[in-house]
Amino acid sequence: MTLRERIAPYLLSLPTWLWLGLFFVVPMVTVLSVSLQTGNPDTGYALTWHFSEFWSVLKQYHVELLRSFEYGAISTLAAFVISYPMAYWIAFHGGRHKSTYLFIILLPFFVSFVIRTLSWQFILSDDGIVLGTLKNIGIVPRSTHVLSTPFAVIAGLTYNVLPFMILPLYVAIEKIDRSVIRAAHDLYAGSATAFMRVILPLSSAGIFAGFLLVFVTNVGDYVNAAILGGPGTTMIGNVIQTSYLENLDYPTASALSSILMAIMLFIIWLYARTFGTSAVEEALA
Amino acid sequence: MSAIGSDGALVLEPPPADVPPNRLRPRIGRLVLPVYTWLVIAYTIVPIVVMIVYSFNQAPAGKATFHWEGFTTQWYSQVFDISDLTVALEHSLEVACISTLIAVLIGTPLAMALARHRFWGRTLTGAVIFTDIAAPSVVVGASLLSLFITLNVDRGLVTIIIAHVAFNVAFVVVVVRARIVGLDRSIEKAAADLGAGPWTAFQKIVLPLILPGIIAAGLLAFAMSIDDFIITSFVAGQTLTFPLWVYGAVKVGIPPQVFVMGTLIFVVGVLLALVNVFLQRRTVA
Repeated sequence: MTLRERIAPYLLSLPTWLWLGLFFVVPMVTVLSVSLQTGNPDTGYALTWHFSEFWSVLKQYHVELLRSFEYGAISTLAAFVISYPMAYWIAFHGGRHKSTYLFIILLPFFVSFVIRTLSWQFILSDDGIVLGTLKNIGIVPRSTHVLSTPFAVIAGLTYNVLPFMILPLYVAIEKIDRSVIRAAHDLYAGSATAFMRVILPLSSAGIFAGFLLVFVTNVGDYVNAAILGGPGTTMIGNVIQTSYLENLDYPTASALSSILMAIMLFIIWLYARTFGTSAVEEALA
Repeated sequence: MSAIGSDGALVLEPPPADVPPNRLRPRIGRLVLPVYTWLVIAYTIVPIVVMIVYSFNQAPAGKATFHWEGFTTQWYSQVFDISDLTVALEHSLEVACISTLIAVLIGTPLAMALARHRFWGRTLTGAVIFTDIAAPSVVVGASLLSLFITLNVDRGLVTIIIAHVAFNVAFVVVVVRARIVGLDRSIEKAAADLGAGPWTAFQKIVLPLILPGIIAAGLLAFAMSIDDFIITSFVAGQTLTFPLWVYGAVKVGIPPQVFVMGTLIFVVGVLLALVNVFLQRRTVA
């Protein structure tokens, strides 16, 4: 190998490395250091290795933190249950129209995330299309509310991530060798057995990839809670956002985002170690 | 009973004669699952329909209402009448164009290095790219904000572009790398045998072959950028992009122009994606 060949990959990766180093890796270190500082916006901040901030924010905001994980978990499960039969059908029975179906599923991506959530506010509002009609017919009582409830927030979270769940599931199910399923039937497996013991395990790469993408996105979300939720549905993202941008309480905000970052990086690391990164990357590419 | 899809693709062979025929499986494949799939598709599309429908709704007070007041195309002719909303849309387009361009320019060489070279730090690079894709937006945004605060950087269009490249570039790398990996290596070898230097080989051989992949990556980056709300909300300062403006207007009432712009972005996005699908098909054939 010539010197030129040897330095080529470093030169090729340098620009992105600089960018991601400066604006992705370094910031994560900074947020940790800011969380160890004390002070206020007027007098400035000093690094005091002030670990106690972590305990005080945990004491103050553990409800929101736990709620975020709860909403994240429920919406991930819901998205999985909704998506799997569909991904299965498109992969096995979609025929020539597979890519058309996938394209339709990706349509929401062409509508701004905030507008999509806003549409749900319109749909779920007390006298909106759905509830208004149901109330006029008399199926649901006049006093029914959906907005501002945990249900509305979780429904919004589930909706917004559906494509992220369907794509990796579809990629994994599509790859299953049909002859393996035939073999299962030859060995007297009924449909249910073949599904539970062959198809489901063989698509596990896609299941875990979908779980990772969707769970991480939803735990950190604050838009659904802000637009569809109420005072009782505040998530950790809302707290971080208000403390950074409205209260300018940087130590609290950065301590909270450090905690969230540590948990999330651990989950991502655990995932990548156990399953590798290819299932997620294939779904995107 | 064989489960042959309506399109003629053989899906499952009939079970052996001594196994009782399973009556449920074909019915699930033929009726229940397709109906279910279309129901989920309807659910995915409902908010888009709501957006488009409300862009034609009359709004006497200039704010969109849940109630249907009557059909009008008034808002389409007055789409740019709210000057700060128009400015916000321009900001979004500007940020999306510039950040996509930078991401493609720095991401493609890294994709090349990852796909074609072995080098020290390759695994680490892959891990950083994966983390960048999987990391929750709140954490990325909050970290960048804490860096900008620490360095005392004024927030505005420049910091938004920096942030957008920092999350876009990972998607570009993954999509382009998949293209290069799928490329037959012997073509490059042949070019080298015929006396082409690495740059000539890239420019004349590799680049034209991966161009569809680069375009697809660019479209994905553009879409992610124009749609991003959470990360942008942290690093924008007083500058507003389209999603930020809409979010800010939620509490005071949404002017119908928002739905018009959303509809226009949707139509343009779908058209671009269809052109892209067409281009990809032509190059594959």
